[in-house]
Amino acid sequence: MSREVKVPSVGESVTEALLVQWLKNDGDTVKTDDPLFVIETDKITLEVTADTDGELKIKVKEGETVSIGTVVAVIETSKEHQKETSKKEQEPEKDTPTVPQPSEKMEMPDQIQKTEPDKKIIPENRETGKPAEKPQDAAPPKDNITPSVRRLARENQVNLSDITASGPGGRITRGDILLFLESSGDRADEPDTPAPEKAEPDKIEPHKAAPDKTAPEKIDLEDAEPDEPVTRESMTPIRRKIAAHLLTARQNTAMLTTFNEIDMSRVMAMRQAYKVPFKEKHQVSLGYMSFFIKACIAALKQCPQVNAFVDGNDIVYHHYYHVGVAIGSGKGLVVPVIRHADRLDYAGIEKAIVDFVEKIGNNRLALADLQGGTFTISNGGIYGSLLSTPILNSPQSGILGMHKIEKRPVVIDDEVVIRPMMYVALSYDHRIVDGREAVTFLKQIKACIENPERMLLEV
Amino acid sequence: MKSKNTYDVVVIGSGPGGYSAALRAAQLGFDTAVVEKDETLGGVCLNVGCIPSKALLDSSERYHHARHQMAEHGIEINDVRLDLGAMMSRKNKVVAELTKNLWQLLERSKIDIIRGTARVEAPDRVLVTRNEKTGAKNRELGLAARYILLATGSLPNSLPGLDFDDKNIITSTQALEFDTVPDRLGIVGAGYVGLELGSVWQRLGSQVTVIEMLPQAAGSADGQVARTLTRLLKNQGMDIRLKTTVTQAVVKDSQIAVSVKAKDKAETLFFDRLLVSVGRRPRLDGLGLDALGVEKDPDSGRIIVDAAYRTSVSSIYAIGDIIPGPMLAHKASAEGAAAAECMAGLPGEVNYDTLPSVIYTSPEAAGAGMTQEDAKKRKIPFLTGTYPFSGTGRARCFGETDGFVKLIVHEKSDRILGVHIIGPRASDMIAEGVLAMESGITAGGIARMVHSHPTFSEAMQEAAATVRNK
Repeated sequence: MSREVKVPSVGESVTEALLVQWLKNDGDTVKTDDPLFVIETDKITLEVTADTDGELKIKVKEGETVSIGTVVAVIETSKEHQKETSKKEQEPEKDTPTVPQPSEKMEMPDQIQKTEPDKKIIPENRETGKPAEKPQDAAPPKDNITPSVRRLARENQVNLSDITASGPGGRITRGDILLFLESSGDRADEPDTPAPEKAEPDKIEPHKAAPDKTAPEKIDLEDAEPDEPVTRESMTPIRRKIAAHLLTARQNTAMLTTFNEIDMSRVMAMRQAYKVPFKEKHQVSLGYMSFFIKACIAALKQCPQVNAFVDGNDIVYHHYYHVGVAIGSGKGLVVPVIRHADRLDYAGIEKAIVDFVEKIGNNRLALADLQGGTFTISNGGIYGSLLSTPILNSPQSGILGMHKIEKRPVVIDDEVVIRPMMYVALSYDHRIVDGREAVTFLKQIKACIENPERMLLEV
Repeated sequence: MKSKNTYDVVVIGSGPGGYSAALRAAQLGFDTAVVEKDETLGGVCLNVGCIPSKALLDSSERYHHARHQMAEHGIEINDVRLDLGAMMSRKNKVVAELTKNLWQLLERSKIDIIRGTARVEAPDRVLVTRNEKTGAKNRELGLAARYILLATGSLPNSLPGLDFDDKNIITSTQALEFDTVPDRLGIVGAGYVGLELGSVWQRLGSQVTVIEMLPQAAGSADGQVARTLTRLLKNQGMDIRLKTTVTQAVVKDSQIAVSVKAKDKAETLFFDRLLVSVGRRPRLDGLGLDALGVEKDPDSGRIIVDAAYRTSVSSIYAIGDIIPGPMLAHKASAEGAAAAECMAGLPGEVNYDTLPSVIYTSPEAAGAGMTQEDAKKRKIPFLTGTYPFSGTGRARCFGETDGFVKLIVHEKSDRILGVHIIGPRASDMIAEGVLAMESGITAGGIARMVHSHPTFSEAMQEAAATVRNK
């Protein structure tokens, strides 16, 4: 296996760069993140690092001008090399969960002794034969824990003997304790990754298996399947943003979902009847989205908590209705916001959506188009989804999931009839939206769509 | 002056550590004396270190600007000439003013200044052998003290085979006093002293060659900063040879033949002067500490102290270059003040996590906190954010766009672990990084803080912003 080392893109207008210096020699063994070479453009100087371990084969000499994307070297990742490094990587990782940070522990004993006022412990330390970096005479006369360090440790219930000292003369610094606290968060698995049970205490899923505690980022694909081909690519910035945003919603809200189903026959009939005249008059097709947005506004007016945000210990109610509509695009899901949707008529809503779709197609969507939503609608139905639990669009407290329309047998007036049905889902932040309101919200939507005249009469 | 010989605190040494300790001790109500062996106060820093070297760096930079950079700004200067004598007198004047001000400051603070060489006779007694020039009647003066603070600083290390002769093979002290610009200046050791003095003489016209044994110049600086600095100095014409050792130096006809050895290449270089700047060692000889049983670290030869800067003899305190840690003036000052507070029973201490250090080359390099290498070695999950000065409008106007700001940030908490800057005004910009680290301001915090535009400090804000938005 070998990996090509290319001149990275350093900016839009830059097409070539000067390879100023190789920081490694041809044939050197390099490790991931080792700086390899330096390029210079009229704008910046940049160090390029290795993205894999292996042997470096230099193809372009220093002093040459290279265009962006040129392969300037190859890193040979031979089989043996891979195995060697994967072994190395495995060992510490395997140990981490059981014996936290063995390497730090190793160095500590003699430092602990230094901090103990009682010097009698010292000989024992010598007998253990630990590779003491400094002879025990180096122990300071009394104790070298400063008051602020002692206080920080006490406040956080940290045992000073667990701390690796980095200060001069083996002092423990405040930073050492902060680092310990930051690293111990990992082990407890608590503050950082609230387990799903915590996030959704009410969710009715008794069969839910214990959540997989292995942190996903720790999985080393190459270790797991040494011979199977994998592709590893870094997430695009927009993908990373989406990922972070969704994770935030998952971790910082008490999210759960309630469902209902809607008989679509009246709305479909109405749409069928007025499709042509609507298009003629408004120059835009009549879709279902306008009905659902109108229904949502009616429901939001009835349940204002769903249109509110949590801000610290406050609830912020919005007396306006900016409804986000999730639209899939090549680069990922975007949620443009229809501002003051309550002030628009059906045609206005349909036009707004068509505008957004066009903007996405032309890559002209502005940041402002994506900001300020108070509620979101996501239509998984266009991809054929029967039922789903949408994730909140933080900091919003509600999101409506629409699904595909499917003919199903239903019972109406004690008779089984065939009706075009749609499941709808409302995910909501249970911190401020009670179950009763969430259910009421969906019932209101159901009532509006099944009897569209209600929206006209506002009942 | 009345003959007095009993004090609460006797400080030995009047460098930044000693005088800071004396001032703080006096403020806290201690009856304080400072013993100084030299004629002027201020120690190495004020007399033959930080201050005179910066005076020369600033003067030589102006000369360099006048000769090479003014034209770019559309200013034509013909016939730029160097008056080295005047440059040296200005430097001496800066030093004289500062040492004189210090003398007045100590006197105003009712601190007795005793000129002479101190020896600690007992845990509570100091014997001062006074300099002849002071004209004191009694050559020897015994002082009784409740607390003795050792602040004697350090001396340049020498290398075997490169003994100082104060003329050809020299220390930094003589490199601040050349009467002519040497044609060829050799420097052994690419630490901050070597690089700074190399910059001074190179700008004034010397061909400077720096020989460093280690694979990296600039000592413990962040690797990326050190590599960038090395490259920029090389571009300026400095010949920096890494992984190279000096095997021999022979002085003949006021020329020094220096044999050096790199990987598998040996050669002989010729210099007019050879500056040896390979670190410093604590100045403890003649203090009589061994007889009193003051414990030293056998490896480094430095004195071991506890959290309150007390040595193994409880009435004797020590700070600065003679105890572990980086040999920096501001570290010694901070420790001096903290030690005085500890004597008074106050919780004096120094935050070693955020000690800044600066190399006053052009561009300047400054760092505080952990380097990327430190963070990696300690297996800390970290992120970095860097931003080049070429991206800031101010640096472009200024005409100095080399360098960058780099932040090392804890991945989980966003806490800033280290700040590293190479570029214009790095020495002053580092203070923002230190302030952020001291106050627990995160990278996100710096990114949101409004920085005025256009300034160099915008690079700090931008670097903070790139930590999580690459």
